[in-house]
Amino acid sequence: MGNLAELLHGFTIAVTVPHLVLMAVGVLLGILVGVLPGLGAPNGVSLLLPLTFGMQPVSAIILLSSMYWGALFGGSVTSILFNIPGEPSSVATTFDGYPMARDGRPTTALATAFGSAAFGALIGVILITFLASWVAQVALAFGPPEYFAVYFLAFASFVGMGGAAPIKTVVALAIGFAIAAIGIDTVSGSVRLTMGIDELVKGVNFVVAVMGLFGIGELLVAVEEEFHARAVSSKIDWREVFRAVGRLPRHSVALLRSAAIGCWMGITPGGPTAASFMSYGIARRFSRRGRYFGTGEVEGIISPETADHAAGTSALLPMLSLGIPGSATAAVMMGGLMIWGLNPGPMLFVDQKDFVWGLIASMYVGNIVAVALVLLTVPVFAALMRIPFVVIAPLIVIICVVGAYSVSNSYLDVVMMLGFGIVGYLFKKLFYPLAPLVLAIVIGDKAEDAFRQSMLMSKGSLGIFFANKLVTCLVVAGIALLLLPLVLQLARPFRKSTSPAAETAAQEKVII
Amino acid sequence: MRGTSLFLLSVSVAVLAGNGPALAAWQPQKPIEFVATAGPGGGTDNLARAVQNIVTKHKLTEQPIVVVNKGGGSGAEGYVYGKASAGDPYKVIFGTSNAWQQPLVSKVAFNYTDLTPIAAMAQDEFLLWVKQDAPYKTAGDYLKAAASGSFKMGGAQSKDTDEVLTRMIEKVGHVKLTYIPFKSGAEAAVQLAGGHIDSHVNNPSESLGQWRGGTQRPLCVFSPKRLPEGPKITATEGWSDVPTCVEQGLDIKQYEQPRTVWLPGKVTPEQAAYYVDLMKKVQATPEWKDYIEKTSQVDTFLTGAEFDQFIKQDLEHVKQVATEQGWLVK
Repeated sequence: MGNLAELLHGFTIAVTVPHLVLMAVGVLLGILVGVLPGLGAPNGVSLLLPLTFGMQPVSAIILLSSMYWGALFGGSVTSILFNIPGEPSSVATTFDGYPMARDGRPTTALATAFGSAAFGALIGVILITFLASWVAQVALAFGPPEYFAVYFLAFASFVGMGGAAPIKTVVALAIGFAIAAIGIDTVSGSVRLTMGIDELVKGVNFVVAVMGLFGIGELLVAVEEEFHARAVSSKIDWREVFRAVGRLPRHSVALLRSAAIGCWMGITPGGPTAASFMSYGIARRFSRRGRYFGTGEVEGIISPETADHAAGTSALLPMLSLGIPGSATAAVMMGGLMIWGLNPGPMLFVDQKDFVWGLIASMYVGNIVAVALVLLTVPVFAALMRIPFVVIAPLIVIICVVGAYSVSNSYLDVVMMLGFGIVGYLFKKLFYPLAPLVLAIVIGDKAEDAFRQSMLMSKGSLGIFFANKLVTCLVVAGIALLLLPLVLQLARPFRKSTSPAAETAAQEKVII
Repeated sequence: MRGTSLFLLSVSVAVLAGNGPALAAWQPQKPIEFVATAGPGGGTDNLARAVQNIVTKHKLTEQPIVVVNKGGGSGAEGYVYGKASAGDPYKVIFGTSNAWQQPLVSKVAFNYTDLTPIAAMAQDEFLLWVKQDAPYKTAGDYLKAAASGSFKMGGAQSKDTDEVLTRMIEKVGHVKLTYIPFKSGAEAAVQLAGGHIDSHVNNPSESLGQWRGGTQRPLCVFSPKRLPEGPKITATEGWSDVPTCVEQGLDIKQYEQPRTVWLPGKVTPEQAAYYVDLMKKVQATPEWKDYIEKTSQVDTFLTGAEFDQFIKQDLEHVKQVATEQGWLVK
């Protein structure tokens, strides 16, 4: 209960007028950078960082973390409305969020996303509050083989998921791995797959790939299929915001399951991206309406959003207690910590109680402030969907081009982004799934590093993946997820079959 | 014509301001870009941001400064960018010794000769770290235990400073170590805390928090003499209490990593002189002292011939290790 007393003390620090004002400012700035293309949370936080040097460390971290919350929420907005995810972790939100918004329910989609995100963040903070020391220990148990096992689990939950033909999923994964391999290889230090283009040594940036695959790819499909398309008629309806949030408890199973996956992946340093993909994959498998996923299902939004925010929040803990930044944004904040004269690490909790507990308390308050503010903006954002397609289409192109260019001020990125747009279009037309491709681009190189580091450690023996209980459990769970669809398929003839033709048709529709 | 008038204008500005030393006749006329050849939060990024902060705070230039991160390909992205910006005096590249080491061992599209050296501003030291509860107390004990051949050494990147040092330890200490490359020193530190590797050779700032937190401790420092006196890190020890490796029978006298500053190639001597002068001014501020102390680095300032000399020496050294290991790119 010692933690509870500390937390109450933290609240007395966080809930003061200047700090509440800082939170509101931070959240609003965060929403802005989250919505604007190519800016994103890490850049926003680094822009703001120099302003904080004169501040008290607690005030500074409250401002920066509030901005982070705002940016996370803001990032979901473009995913849902325009199919352009701003952060790797909001890719999975596009799968059902975008179809729902196209279907004339942008208000519902946004409100559902924000509501479940807030729930995930809340669970994440509660976890930090009560399990801080334990969580730090768990993270230490993760060496290269364990990391690989976690990534393997994320891939397995996706491959086994079905939707597209398994062979197509594997092809998409393989292409993703090849793209992730471009650039300098950590383990050998050599340059790979740059095809004579010097600039490619930096690798392919995720934002560039995703803006093309989703933003431009979707646009090309839309131009072909529904050029005369309708602006989505969405009424600005305040009540729908509250109704959508009010409906959330009905999906309590999905909420709790996703929060659990999110926290787990946040602590075991799999991170928010792996968490949101895995949560979506598992929800699709176990939800009763799983086969409709990809057409605008509520649980298809709830699952990735809850897991994303639960993981994003609990990932701040390793940064504070171990000095491992869980994300690019956390890395910038850690740089800030050092400039303010604090050393992240186990001693922070002993030496800097006011700072740590002030921050944790501000996570509760900051998230409440953030969700209140974003819910207020829902009707405004939803109104964007009423703009006719002929106006919005060029806007999306501009957003994607500017976004790709601003990643590292490079024209090559713009060209690559357009190339990815064509790839995205072809994938859609040929019923190849995009999700495994993106997953492989985002965590493929990390998985590869972890695997090869493990092989170096064990001098080439695969036994290292079964060397202790933790890694064995993870690997076995991954293999089980991988084989599950196969087993179900084999078992199917023995059950009363639902007309297979109808099922295939339903599946073709929801390939993502 | 336009160049001349610009030049005259800047001279007159400098004269009017009354503080322009003879060499710094050139003055920037538009925003300056600081290119950090590392991702946000790393040592190189911290340096670029610290300098930006000092310059802005003391108004050392009228022009705004933006820091951009180009850390792809172990920093190669930033250097290639610098090479492509030849003649542009508004791009300042912040890096380390990998500016000359990387082209030696991997096929990257730049060499340090494509850039204009400005200065080496701070030296980061290397230490040999082991897990807190490891049985060995000195580098000698460590080498004895490592003779079993099953020791794993972690480090940042492959064929970079950390691995070069590891190979030097192998040679001098007559042991065989398995080198496991991670993305960064911070990652290696966490892996050591978890007991997944046996040692690493991190810079002081990369493992400071871990030492304080009691998860790992330094055995010795690769420096000719002990580090300068400073505040205590743990209850009983500070950096100056760490013995040198030579003292403990690991005969590597000196190994350090300079933080380096560059301009793109083909800039005028006046432009280069301006930035040398700017960095000198930065170094004279109390905030710089503060930065050096907080990151536990050694304050140095090498420029011109001295800097060239340093690069040549270091290059010789690395070339030798790289040749022995068969790393050289053809």
